[in-house]
Amino acid sequence: MAGTERPETNPTRPSRRWINVLLGSGVLASVASFLYPAIRYIIPAQVAESTSRSVVAGKVTELKRNSGKVFKFGSKPALLVHTADGEWKAFSAVCTHLNCTVQYREDHRQIWCACHNGFYDLQGRNVSGPPPRPLDAFEVHIQGDDVIVTRSA
Amino acid sequence: MKAIVRPILNWLDERFGAGSIEEFLRHKTVPLHRHTIWYYFGGMTLFLFIVQVLTGILLLLYYRPTPEDAYESVQYIVTQVRFGWLIRSIHSWSANLMIFTAFVHMFSVFFLKAYRKPRELTWITGMLLLFLAMGFGFSGYLLPWNTLAFFATKVGTEMAGAVPIVGKWMLIFLRGGEEVTGATLTRFFGFHVAVLPGLATTLLAAHLLLVQRLGMSVPPGVEQAIKEGRQEARSMPFFPNFLLRDIIGWYAALGVLGALAAIFPWELGAKADPFVAAPAGIRPEWYFLFMFQTLKLIPAKVLFLEGEFAGILVFSLAAAVWVIVPFLDYRAGFGRVTRFFTGLGIFVLVFMGVMSLLALR
Repeated sequence: MAGTERPETNPTRPSRRWINVLLGSGVLASVASFLYPAIRYIIPAQVAESTSRSVVAGKVTELKRNSGKVFKFGSKPALLVHTADGEWKAFSAVCTHLNCTVQYREDHRQIWCACHNGFYDLQGRNVSGPPPRPLDAFEVHIQGDDVIVTRSA
Repeated sequence: MKAIVRPILNWLDERFGAGSIEEFLRHKTVPLHRHTIWYYFGGMTLFLFIVQVLTGILLLLYYRPTPEDAYESVQYIVTQVRFGWLIRSIHSWSANLMIFTAFVHMFSVFFLKAYRKPRELTWITGMLLLFLAMGFGFSGYLLPWNTLAFFATKVGTEMAGAVPIVGKWMLIFLRGGEEVTGATLTRFFGFHVAVLPGLATTLLAAHLLLVQRLGMSVPPGVEQAIKEGRQEARSMPFFPNFLLRDIIGWYAALGVLGALAAIFPWELGAKADPFVAAPAGIRPEWYFLFMFQTLKLIPAKVLFLEGEFAGILVFSLAAAVWVIVPFLDYRAGFGRVTRFFTGLGIFVLVFMGVMSLLALR
């Protein structure tokens, strides 16, 4: 650190520059080694996504016609709809606009996102409002009393 | 470097007088004499405090302050989060080293009479910071919610309850109820990450401002020698000369912390269970040992006082005397060294040392 007290450019001693370069790069490398663990620490570990491809969304008797319910599918919400015609439909309940959770609107007979007034029809297609894409659709099977929703591979 | 810094400084200077900041930094010098080494301990304590703030913020990213989750979240940090073990161990080690350097700093200031006029306020803010550091230690100790922490907190808060009249109220305030429960954990978490940091930052600013304003104290002996011409008054600029030396020390400290964390990782122990007996050999952190041991040795009744209360009373009075020592030892302000205060310092140091060793036996 004596360098701060003496003039640094001394043409008779070219090695000074080298000492500074070596010292500087050593310090920089060590600072990087201090920062590296902190940065790795901040990035959270990957949470293992649920691998199950199907889930029991509810009971046949639970949902009357023209109604819907949100259920848990893996780590994300999904929407089960029993249409007025008696059909069963299931979609991802995550709005394609900004990630809100959608719901079934009995008065409109459509799927609605309350956050920005987006509408999807019963095929999951975005029909009005800001949503840019249709909702992801799932397959529905009835097995006895259970409504089973399956993600297509 | 200069080519970049200079225009920025000029720009700031035109707005609010950065020149005065530069001037402020430059006017301080560090006296050079045989006791100069002790000037490094304040800066070292400050550095370890900064390490605490940074690693503490990192721990906050994953820690959950509820009795159901606290232990599990710390376990998650040390086993699942990448380098979590390192961050947590550095936080624990740095906390202990910080208390240690703070005590060294305090005692060096005491023995070199650096508290004398005009630095009374620097001493008082420093003592309050030391108490806060111990408060940080005590509140942070509970947060992993392990058996050791649980009983240390039970005993520590019970002691507050031994104070007449306000004791019961203090105990309930600290515990958030009659017993040490999840409510205590929530409170201690709040103290540890909000109340104490706020107070510490304010006091630290005052402490550093005073140090900067008043400059470094020269010990009376050295001052005398300079006055009598037996010694030359030498000094070096604080900025950048002394600061660069400080930084070398901090750099080494970081290496020591990393090594300690890697070789002696801080243990987590077993999860606290309020319905399990206290394990044998339970004792507080080392910096509370002298108080812990003294309280163990005090009989149940001292004169007409409860033993616990007598102990707390003596420690409170001693702490109060310690805080106002610049006013008691006012003669030091005229450069006169009173043997009594040096003797008192040695007595306190020996007492703390002996009691701590007895507790470890």
